[in-house]
Amino acid sequence: MAEIAIKGVAKRFGGFTALHQVDLSIADQEFMVLLGASGCGKTTLLRIVAGLETPSQGEVWIGGRRVDHLPPRDRGIAMVFQNYAVFPHLTVFENIAFGLRMKKLPQQEVERRVNRTAELMHIEQLLKRYSGQLSGGQRQRVAVARALAMEPDVILMDEPLSNLDALLRLEMRAELKGVLAASKTTTIYVTHDQVEAMSLADRIAVMHQGRIVQAASPVEVYRNPAARFVGSFIGNPPMNFLPASKAANGSWSVAGLTLPGPKSDRQKIEFAIRPEDVEAGDKGLQATVRVIEPLGPHTLVTCDVEGGLFRAVLDSGAAVAVGDRLRLAPKPDRIRWFDPETTNAL
Amino acid sequence: MSAVAEAPVAATADTRKAGDWLLVAAAILLCVWVLLPIYLLIVNALSSPEEVTAFPKRFFPSFDIGSLSFFINFAGVASALWNSVLVATLTMILSIGFGAPAGYALSRFDFPGKGTFRFLVLMTRAFPLPLLALPLAVMFIRTGLDDTALGLALVHTTLALPFAVLITFSLFSGIPVELEEAAWTLGCTRWQAFRKVILPLALPGIAASAVFAFTISWNEVFAAAVLTIENRTLTAFLLQSLGESPLYLKFAGGAALVVPALIFIFAVRKYLFAMWGIANR
Repeated sequence: MAEIAIKGVAKRFGGFTALHQVDLSIADQEFMVLLGASGCGKTTLLRIVAGLETPSQGEVWIGGRRVDHLPPRDRGIAMVFQNYAVFPHLTVFENIAFGLRMKKLPQQEVERRVNRTAELMHIEQLLKRYSGQLSGGQRQRVAVARALAMEPDVILMDEPLSNLDALLRLEMRAELKGVLAASKTTTIYVTHDQVEAMSLADRIAVMHQGRIVQAASPVEVYRNPAARFVGSFIGNPPMNFLPASKAANGSWSVAGLTLPGPKSDRQKIEFAIRPEDVEAGDKGLQATVRVIEPLGPHTLVTCDVEGGLFRAVLDSGAAVAVGDRLRLAPKPDRIRWFDPETTNAL
Repeated sequence: MSAVAEAPVAATADTRKAGDWLLVAAAILLCVWVLLPIYLLIVNALSSPEEVTAFPKRFFPSFDIGSLSFFINFAGVASALWNSVLVATLTMILSIGFGAPAGYALSRFDFPGKGTFRFLVLMTRAFPLPLLALPLAVMFIRTGLDDTALGLALVHTTLALPFAVLITFSLFSGIPVELEEAAWTLGCTRWQAFRKVILPLALPGIAASAVFAFTISWNEVFAAAVLTIENRTLTAFLLQSLGESPLYLKFAGGAALVVPALIFIFAVRKYLFAMWGIANR
């Protein structure tokens, strides 16, 4: 059992606050992805859990044990680094065996575990090689095997796939998901790649400017963003936002359309819709087509709505031309509303 | 139209050609400047005593070891040579012993005054040794360190230490910190991670830095001449006996000093370049 609890963890570097009072709990065997743009504090949070960074305040608990005062070696964790950190002076075998030898396991057990994890990561034939003789993808496999061989309670991964080329990344992503699910460890995985996050995570914690904005399942994060930032950060193309002004109590006027919405004291709020959640028809938002990008399964149409950019994903059979005036009808159950001042969902 | 376009091109080509010639000429001049004295030294050291004083000179040495064997058997040379090795070895141990930890600290930790510290390390080379030698001599006589190998090694260490710090600093900085962090997460203490991961990777560079410290001490003459009387190092000994010794002895002595230093520096050149930030080739 290795659930993780992060309680009020903050980190300041001099005058710069990298993390503001972060709280997060991760269940046993859960795959948690920390997602955010560079500089949002996700790597700092991971390094605090690993013990490579000390929090300015707050507590870290792993498996019911408070660990924030312990060195990394006593936390029951293993970590995979962005640049792999495969020891160049040791063979692949000795790299994977490194942590096991530190634990003073008998030679037989060391060999058994190294061979098993090497097989799991498909690097049995590389055991005698040195890091310099390996490709990036192979080094990545060694780094993961080294972490798995420790049979840790928690595996921490810091952008493990970001140095691989696109095709290899896709392949490793699927493989990692399988291997980590089978290993039954709790995983924290840091990435800035939303596709990676969506495809791997049980839960995604979206981070922005040193805070966790939302921690929920991938579909929930995508469908019901808790804040404007989440909607604009996740999804490619991102969510569309339009200003909405009060028409009546619980009714809002958006680009010439009157829609039922939340009750609010404010005179102006924000209307939001995903590009794939609109349909071209007779009624809807008035849009002028600016750019058409056929993408195969569908066509991405960039329009002007009330002087702002609005993206719509339409069926690739839709007959549209630049300059056309369209009516885009938002699917009622997919409309989201945001408070323009707090940026939170309404 | 085309003539107008070609004229500047031709001019540029001419300028480039002239630049090339200048570069080659400068390179040749520098090589002669450095290599000619060494050549003369070696030719004369490998000639018999009679040939050294004879005229005209031979272009190739006769590989007569007369001069060298006379030098080796000259009274005091053997003990001076031993002193040189002893002092240089002590210098090497002291400057790596203090320099490598300082270099590691500079590359891995952020601490207040880090920039000032790096600057001060270099500043120690700003004081001319003659300025320090007299007060040092007085202090050494008072503490009983005068005329000992350890005393001289301490002075040489102050000369070699800045280089030891800078070389090991660039060396440790070149080893990714993630390797160390990976070792910590795999069960190492800071010391174990250093010993099992960083040290094996840094060892060739540390050895190079040690050789450089050895060479600095081996070549140093001023402090050696002022601070020792009985236990002279080879440089001090040669300086002292230069006036009264015959020409071939000077050449043999010079060669005995220069050749090891040259070999050492050649062996560690890669790391000296790295110290000054020139690409590691």
